[in-house]
Amino acid sequence: MTTSLLGAPVARSEDPRLLRGEGRFVDDLGHDAFEVAVVRSPHAHARIVDIDLGDALEVDGLISVYTFDDLPERLREPLPLLIPHPSLTAGRTQHVLADGEVNHVGEAVALVVAEDRYAAEDAAERIMVDYDPLPAVVGPERALQADQAVHDDIADNVAAHLEQEIGDARAAIADAAHRLSFRLDIERSASTPMETRGTYARWDADDQRLRLYSSTQAPTSVRAAVAAYLGLDLAQVECIAPDIGGGFGVKIMHPWPEEILVPWVARELGHDVKFTEDRREHFVSANHERAQVHQVEVGFDDEGRVLGLDVEFVHDHGAYIPYGLIVPIITSTQLIGPYKLENYRVTFDSVYTNTTPVTPYRGAGRPQGCFVMERTIDRIAAHLGRDRTEVRAANFLQPEELPYDFGLVFQDGRAYRYDSGDFPGSLSKLKELIDWDGFAARKAAAAAEGRLLGIGLAAYVEGTGVGPYEGGHVLVEPNGSVQVSTGLSSQGQGHQTAFAQIAAEELGVDLADVKVVTGDTRRFPYAVGTFASRAAVMSGNAIHLAARKVREKALRIASEALEVDAEDLELADGKVRVKGSPDTSIDLNVVATMSNPLRYAFDEAARIATQFTQPGDPNAPPVAEGEAPGLEATDYYSPIHSTFANGMHAVEVEVDPDTSDVRIGRYAVVHDCGTLVNPRIVEGQIFGGVAQGVGGALYERMAYDEHGQLQNASFMDFLMPYATEVPRVDVDHLETPSPLNPLGIKGAGEAGVIPGAAAIAAAIEDATGVVIDAMPISPSQLHARRLDAASTT
Amino acid sequence: MTTNATATGIDAHDRVEVTVTVNGVPRSSQVQPRRLLSDFLRHDLRLTGTHVGCEHGVCGACTVLLDGAPVRSCLTFAVSVDGHELTTIEGLAAADGGLHPVQQAFRDHHGLQCGFCTPGFVVSACGFLAEHPDPDDEQIREGMAGNLCRCTGYTGILGAVRQAADELRATGDDPRQRTRDGATASGEEVSS
Amino acid sequence: MKPPAFAYHAPRTTDEALATLGELGDDAKVLAGGQSLVPLLNMRLAAPAALVDLAHLDGLDAIEVSDDRVRVEARVTHERLRRHPAATDAVPLLREALDWVAHPVIRNRGTALGSIVHADPAAELPAVLSLLGGQVELATSGGTRTAAADDYLLGPLESDTRPGELATALVLPRPGVRTGAAFDELSRRHGDYALAGVAVTVTLDADLAVATARAAFIGVGATPVRVDLTDSLSGQAHDALAPADAVGLARDVIEPTDDIHATADYRRHLAGVLLERALTTAAGRAAAGGTA
Repeated sequence: MTTSLLGAPVARSEDPRLLRGEGRFVDDLGHDAFEVAVVRSPHAHARIVDIDLGDALEVDGLISVYTFDDLPERLREPLPLLIPHPSLTAGRTQHVLADGEVNHVGEAVALVVAEDRYAAEDAAERIMVDYDPLPAVVGPERALQADQAVHDDIADNVAAHLEQEIGDARAAIADAAHRLSFRLDIERSASTPMETRGTYARWDADDQRLRLYSSTQAPTSVRAAVAAYLGLDLAQVECIAPDIGGGFGVKIMHPWPEEILVPWVARELGHDVKFTEDRREHFVSANHERAQVHQVEVGFDDEGRVLGLDVEFVHDHGAYIPYGLIVPIITSTQLIGPYKLENYRVTFDSVYTNTTPVTPYRGAGRPQGCFVMERTIDRIAAHLGRDRTEVRAANFLQPEELPYDFGLVFQDGRAYRYDSGDFPGSLSKLKELIDWDGFAARKAAAAAEGRLLGIGLAAYVEGTGVGPYEGGHVLVEPNGSVQVSTGLSSQGQGHQTAFAQIAAEELGVDLADVKVVTGDTRRFPYAVGTFASRAAVMSGNAIHLAARKVREKALRIASEALEVDAEDLELADGKVRVKGSPDTSIDLNVVATMSNPLRYAFDEAARIATQFTQPGDPNAPPVAEGEAPGLEATDYYSPIHSTFANGMHAVEVEVDPDTSDVRIGRYAVVHDCGTLVNPRIVEGQIFGGVAQGVGGALYERMAYDEHGQLQNASFMDFLMPYATEVPRVDVDHLETPSPLNPLGIKGAGEAGVIPGAAAIAAAIEDATGVVIDAMPISPSQLHARRLDAASTT
Repeated sequence: MTTNATATGIDAHDRVEVTVTVNGVPRSSQVQPRRLLSDFLRHDLRLTGTHVGCEHGVCGACTVLLDGAPVRSCLTFAVSVDGHELTTIEGLAAADGGLHPVQQAFRDHHGLQCGFCTPGFVVSACGFLAEHPDPDDEQIREGMAGNLCRCTGYTGILGAVRQAADELRATGDDPRQRTRDGATASGEEVSS
Repeated sequence: MKPPAFAYHAPRTTDEALATLGELGDDAKVLAGGQSLVPLLNMRLAAPAALVDLAHLDGLDAIEVSDDRVRVEARVTHERLRRHPAATDAVPLLREALDWVAHPVIRNRGTALGSIVHADPAAELPAVLSLLGGQVELATSGGTRTAAADDYLLGPLESDTRPGELATALVLPRPGVRTGAAFDELSRRHGDYALAGVAVTVTLDADLAVATARAAFIGVGATPVRVDLTDSLSGQAHDALAPADAVGLARDVIEPTDDIHATADYRRHLAGVLLERALTTAAGRAAAGGTA
């Protein structure tokens, strides 16, 4: 073998196409399709008295309009509750079109189909819906007051109450030398990918087949949902996730109402139909996240060691709960971070509000948990007057204690067991990277000039690569190309490149010969989806295993042809060759040709292959028992439990003493995601995650008023950071390979976003001396807190 | 009824012929006055490289060059640019596929992930570099601050514009011009 | 987010434009750069029956700099004006204010006069017009009139452009000797509308003490809020300003409101901080020869 492809920072094979403007996103397809517009509720909570189509039907270009009453019986059922849980006793999900009641602004009420989106919007604005408004429940604490119900039959607004405990947290706190109690608050945000949602359906009446293109992180599940709702065999439905303009979690939600309605209408009308969500719709009809309020009690000793931690929180899941308890369960377990907690109790209520539903956004409950734990550690340090890094070090699980089983149940229903990591090692790298020990001098020098500097840090552990499985298919074609496919889809993570590296490494072929397809059910029908930082772990290992099978088969075939022991052969440079005498070899494409007993001499490989053909045993079948034609294999990777990546961020901020405007100076990241397949891609994930963390700390919030109106449903007022708001980031890696999978990979997709709010809050607190217990924080809010603090001291 | 875009008095639902020169090629289509330039390019001329991310002028994904200057195609009506010259993302790479120096720099610096905002960034960068051939890093940051990216954290983008600025200054090429065949590697090679 | 249908008029000459506007009256909106109007159309927050597009018009694109004023016609974009050395040398505040306007790509198409006609209370150019005592020239097919800034800027997104009228130019007087100006603002993100901002001019006497001082605030009232600070500052040395009285006066006069980005109290505080900074800068510039 030449130098390893695994760990090489190769440039992405996706890029040239995307850079030339040749990407293929959903709205780039179907120029002749009918387009839909959705009439959405302007009320947070209302009964629908009447829907009057008015003069909508006269709009030039209108094709048809559908309301709940026009739907067939199957489509009148509520959408599925995807992930049930024994504690989820009052689960409600939405309908594809509202059935007499709307529960959030943006809920779909009617579907308009027209020749183009302009005409569809013309008709949509003419449809008169008569609403009887009801009081809106907004905010988790209002929900718990239970003076108004979101759903009539759930008077307390609570969908689920869950409690987990290890040890005896309350007793440990009571016995501790020091105790603190405080509240922490994290507001709502959302994934907001640059490409909104989109679905395009083509019904082929001749073949009785449906082809669906959808901007989804779960194409195999969308396919299954559509088949079920439309009464089709899976064999009649294919779902393709083409290029996807970012997901960050929101596109793991499925099926969206439009993902069911659009194919249904396409079949009804016998015409292609497309839905391209606009940005304003996206803010109210695509799901949000974050939004939790935590009450913390902690007991600790003189060294700052946490003896007992008791956390009670309320999780605002919005109007419906299609994704179950995934987000709050992740918060409640991942809150622990890299610390050895032996007495920990956590409870949460997941509550309904009249707001857009909540499902995972990058980090999926972890930024909240990290904020709670890290703010707790900082409070302990402040209380004891100790350095914040020392208190962290005093609480770390030590490398020799891993793997460590906490005795909790994780999001996948399996053991919460850290597989590997070196938290003290990470901390010492981080301190060096940000020059933690030199900060006091920097702060003092700045203070002499009247400037306020602060530094903060935050650590996290991230369960990644949850099961149950992903699969990979690897096929060597007689022309030498290597076709790789996996079922999950790609939203910019560089899967084509990283998976090609994994396959090429195993097969000894040129990277350029490997062609990777993701998210196309025609190529690989079994998959779970792209979420939980799982693609590299799950599909990466599945492809590795499939490639290994192909390799074994190639060795077997070549061994017979060359009459050399398989153990003496190797795959390299696109050949199977004899170790130590590379001139004795067969090209891999010739092996591929030999793998199929039928080989018409269409090409040179077939002609060469015939030279190696042994006269077959006339009494044996041409395809031996247990064999199959073709140099290909499928395999699956299914782990016992999650891998656990980890890392730490540190940040220096400067606060304008007069305006309370916060500017980020240094930002340092130490990151351990096990084996790096492609460091360039991993760093890109970190940089992007940090930007979202900065957004979540200083800029981005979904601002609902008390009536449930989202007041900032545009990019003018939802403040996604530009280049001018995002700092330069220094990254250092630590690689502690996971023992759980052959490649030693842990996930990297979400890590960058997790500790941002916690670290920035700590830095602002350090700069200003004002306790920061809520995120995000604006200059206006920080100014008010500084005034409050000044007036109370 | 169809008529010329610059005649006065087109009824709201009438169609009007709009002719523009896109990437050096004259193109025409019949559109309503309200047709956004972004939709005209994407769906009438089927140049889908120009993307639409917000339709209120904030995200910059739809940026194209109008007579050499970057503008938001979602805030421009096709009828308003009748007779003008446009450059879109499709007009930068060489006919043989060779990447434009800005495109190559984005690849070299991992300046794109999902690729959706990328055409807007590349086109904006070309316009920016034509006006600022020798920018400092702060000018680059501000110059790219009219476009939103949700994937990259901008790190690779800023590095890419730095590289492209240095290269274009060395060659003296106008960043808004299509790259010549053979001028850069095809862009298909896979290397670090 | 597709605009509603509108009839379309693309006059070739100013006379043709005025004739069309006269005919259409209330039904027509003028489309210049479109950077404020088109988002409103795309969100269907505005639905004019007709648009009169200046894009194909010959003329109305001059920047005239004379001894006493700068005159900028309707089709001049922010960016063209920003890069016009004679204009920005004549009125240095223009350059600094234009640097704060949105992002370069928006400035490439948005027009300077259009932003005044649009009259967003957080926009920069209306404040410059108000502070410097500028004027807007308006025309109908029947004649022309000139409106002073204070008469023209009526309220949030409301200017005194009457049915059938076309705003044809903005006029800014050139500052006198020993006059310095500055613009400062704070926005959440670079290029966003300001949480609050201020433009100031300071004129010094022969001893380099303050003779007159004025400010115009944005984002803290229904229109740019102009405050004469002369009484608070006159006689103070340019390099030893004691602006507390001026800041107090300004904070009393402005009328900020709460929104999701900041409270009224914060905006009031911020406006004072920015004023203090801008006064110091402007006084320094006035002493250095009156360049911004």
